[in-house]
Amino acid sequence: MFPLQRYEKADSIEDAVRLLSDNPEAKVISGGTDVLIRLRDGKKAYNQLVDIHDLDELKICDITADGTIRIGAGISFSEVIASDIIKKHLPHLHKAAETIGGPQIRNIATIGGNICNGVTSADSASPLLASNARLIIQGPDGKREVALSEFYLGPGKVALDQSEILIAFTISKQDYSGYSSDFFKYAMREAMDIATIGCAAACLIDGNQLVDLRLAFGVAAPTPIRCSKAEDAARGETISEALLTKIGDALAEDVNPRTSWRASREFRLHIIRELAERVIKNAIEKAGGTLT
Amino acid sequence: MNQNITLTINNREKTLSIDVRSSLLEVLRDQLGLTSIKQGCGVGECGACTIIIDDEIIDSCIYLAVWADGKSVRTLEGESKNAVLSTVQKGYVDEGAVQCGFCTPGLIMTTTSFVEKNRGKEISREEIRKAHAGNTCRCTGYQTILTVAEKCLEPGKEPEE
Repeated sequence: MFPLQRYEKADSIEDAVRLLSDNPEAKVISGGTDVLIRLRDGKKAYNQLVDIHDLDELKICDITADGTIRIGAGISFSEVIASDIIKKHLPHLHKAAETIGGPQIRNIATIGGNICNGVTSADSASPLLASNARLIIQGPDGKREVALSEFYLGPGKVALDQSEILIAFTISKQDYSGYSSDFFKYAMREAMDIATIGCAAACLIDGNQLVDLRLAFGVAAPTPIRCSKAEDAARGETISEALLTKIGDALAEDVNPRTSWRASREFRLHIIRELAERVIKNAIEKAGGTLT
Repeated sequence: MNQNITLTINNREKTLSIDVRSSLLEVLRDQLGLTSIKQGCGVGECGACTIIIDDEIIDSCIYLAVWADGKSVRTLEGESKNAVLSTVQKGYVDEGAVQCGFCTPGLIMTTTSFVEKNRGKEISREEIRKAHAGNTCRCTGYQTILTVAEKCLEPGKEPEE
């Protein structure tokens, strides 16, 4: 039996926001693969829950008339993997979803929960960051939007008030159209493991020119990050092996990994550089580019 | 903190009064005696508590029982019909893919769901491995288990109705 003090099932997003506003001690549960484990560990912070599991409003995954991709916060990673829209336009996110946990976890864990719990190892964070994902959040005063890059405040800390619900991610057409992307998760095991480093890259190329690079990492810093120095070094440059080295050099200023029992800082720095080169190269090659 | 839920369990509809603090594992084991469901790790890593809900496998130890309201649940107890083992169960026997047996009910549910979704498709051994990655077995090793899945996917292995 989970040590719950109070449990309320929301029947809509609006209802969830009201229940959260009425009880400042309450937290949200969706897929439960993080919350129930913390609760089982006796973490009192999670003993009052508002349940948004299976809310239809959070299960959207579509493209709007202006080409914006909307991904509901409540869709499971199995649903992310099954989505033809994501497979076609956001292959890095598709690939990241495939690396999460195992089949049972992917069937229940939600993409919204992966981001809202704020951990740097969230596998879906780096692809969403690389595609300039924005978050649509509903609170007592209505809806607001925030860029994912501004959502992470620190380890386990996100810009989401206690009474707010993440509804969906949006990715505008200009942020995926023409881009080719790739993702790689480095972990000790091929399944049921936390990333040592996760890396996503989205590239826009024109002939042999790298018009734009978007590079993002998980576990390379206290939160998932975009790599602005590396991106600046790449933008508009001619595609070559030398450019990959230049990006790798610039990357050193963007990242700040730590030593943990999983891996040392030094090892992570090595993996970061290796993955950046590999993932960017794959993304370029997918777009038909070749490295000279 | 009780609440009524109505769900289908192994093809039989049931209404149960449950404590909202319970996991589905606790309700199925303790209230209904479906003890094929094992609690191993209790945190969704070992897969010994795997059951099928609306055609998807889940770890019932980290699934609130209230979430099963209105859904269809399958456990190992419902897999054999009139004392005849299912194709997958028989496969586990034939290949000797069982040793201590603790992980077996969960693994059989995983294989069953996988085979039902993929029968008739070209499936690699790697894909079978990936589909079984959420179930841990500490004694047999996995080769015989993968072979069961492979053999059950072969044409002519459809279950008899």
